[in-house]
Amino acid sequence: MRYTVKKLTAFLFTMVVVSLLTFIAFDLISGDPAQAMLGTEATPEKLAALREQLGLNQPLLVRYGQWLAGFFTGNLGTSYNYNLPVGQLIAPKLGLTLCLSFLAFALTVIVSIPLSMWSARRAGGRADALFTALNQFFMAVPPFFTGLLFTWVFSLTLGWFVHGKFPGFDQDVPGSLWYLLFPAMALALPRIAMTVRMLRSTILSEMNKDYVRTAISRGNDWNMVLRRHVLKNSLVPVVTFLAQTMAEIVAGSIVVEQVFAVPGLGRLLMASISNRDYPVVQVIVVILALWVVLAGTLADVINRRIDPRLNLGGDAQ
Amino acid sequence: MKKRMNRSPYLTAGLILTGVMAALILLGFFWTPYDPTAISGSAKFSAPSFAHLMGTDNFGRDIFSRVLKGAGTTAVIALSTVLLGGGVGVLVGALTGYFGGIVDEVLMRLNDALNAFPSVLLALVIVSVLGSGKYNVIIALAIVFVPSFARVSRTAFAALRDANYVKSARLMGASPLRILAVQILPNTLHVLLPAFTIGFNNAVLAEASMSYLGIGVKPPDASLGYMLSESQSMLSAAPWYALCTGMTIVLLIFGVGLIGEGMNRQNKGVG
Repeated sequence: MRYTVKKLTAFLFTMVVVSLLTFIAFDLISGDPAQAMLGTEATPEKLAALREQLGLNQPLLVRYGQWLAGFFTGNLGTSYNYNLPVGQLIAPKLGLTLCLSFLAFALTVIVSIPLSMWSARRAGGRADALFTALNQFFMAVPPFFTGLLFTWVFSLTLGWFVHGKFPGFDQDVPGSLWYLLFPAMALALPRIAMTVRMLRSTILSEMNKDYVRTAISRGNDWNMVLRRHVLKNSLVPVVTFLAQTMAEIVAGSIVVEQVFAVPGLGRLLMASISNRDYPVVQVIVVILALWVVLAGTLADVINRRIDPRLNLGGDAQ
Repeated sequence: MKKRMNRSPYLTAGLILTGVMAALILLGFFWTPYDPTAISGSAKFSAPSFAHLMGTDNFGRDIFSRVLKGAGTTAVIALSTVLLGGGVGVLVGALTGYFGGIVDEVLMRLNDALNAFPSVLLALVIVSVLGSGKYNVIIALAIVFVPSFARVSRTAFAALRDANYVKSARLMGASPLRILAVQILPNTLHVLLPAFTIGFNNAVLAEASMSYLGIGVKPPDASLGYMLSESQSMLSAAPWYALCTGMTIVLLIFGVGLIGEGMNRQNKGVG
């Protein structure tokens, strides 16, 4: 209980710092939005009226407080560019990006756990050295390059999906999922390589421990020991690692959405940055950061469940 | 650090690959087979051949020459980023790790908050504040990389703060600065150097992502990421453009990654 409270406090504190930093940064660069919105039609009276309407003549901290409250009430300001409420603009895109990230994350977990168990069993041989080198290679392949390759092979050559024609979830759910599978694979590939490397070395160091030798000497089957004992004991650092993976996937999705022309949060973010549409940018930045912090906090909580020893003090390391 | 007799094969392979890439990049600063910006109407979209090792693009520009120049831009940005961000990060980490106290607490909490931003996202925000272009990318990425270097070196310096040889140096009246630089720093290199290789790779990736997204380097500078975004529009007419540019990024990261992996393995003594 005390732990949950402590984690919750740390979580809230981080989010306040993150949102405050973001708010101040964009407040500094956006200059005078009223001037920007009115452009050449600006007269001193109109400017003053619009500033009043937008609440710009209030002190920074008051405006920050109002903005922060907007995350709960849904009133996050108005996009300069689309003249729409920011919340309304972001909501559908957020779902799409979450879907893409979860797909990539699921792929990473599903592929890397059996693969690392397989390679840990064969550690030390020639095949293993080759596998490790290959793994190192895939860690070096950036998702946007894989994305270009996938577009070339699966779209332009094989015609499995039409690049740039994302059907949209309101039109065609299976078709949309199929389309998202390709960017998800591009995102997952280097992540799988990194997770395998990490999990493999954790399993290997765990397999040298006494309890494994005892279990084997008692006549247990290798695979059983691996699945039942070793994997469970290797999970704590892996869960922490997977939380970072989630963060990297979210960041990677900004770029990969651009490669595959998926109309998600990343694409909106890039468009808003180039249009200087800061009300949209700052909300997206905070949402993505929230996602990362949430994943980290969740990992800590899950680790407590996996390894009750952590309850005796200290954090998972 | 004592030199070991048997060097990790990863380290050897990495040094060779990185050496070749570095030699090509250096060559590209002084000489390229063609002018990377020379337009040729007769040689549009020609496939790789002996005349054009990596083929040509929609303007008939020689891609190999462009890749040499682009890799140079990317490498210079990544190196400056790592030296700047890593230098500041190690300094902060060394001071906070050695002295501890309230400054340490405050800086580490700030570190946690900065860590909440995925690295590319934070760089995006900073570049949208500063504006795009080569130098702003370096500044943005350097800021982004300070926390991770600070964290790594803080742990390393704090671990050696009370080592016997540090205590004896203190007794002999060595100044804190001398202790940090002469006594502790050399003994943290086995941790810091791999961190620098990872930092370099992250910088290459981040620069390439940002330039791909159009908020990185601006023409006339052309980095590998910028070229990759260019290549996307001619993916069916000149697939070799994307392939060669992308593979150059991969080999650059792969080589330096192998060096880092090799150093880590030697530290653990696994070879």
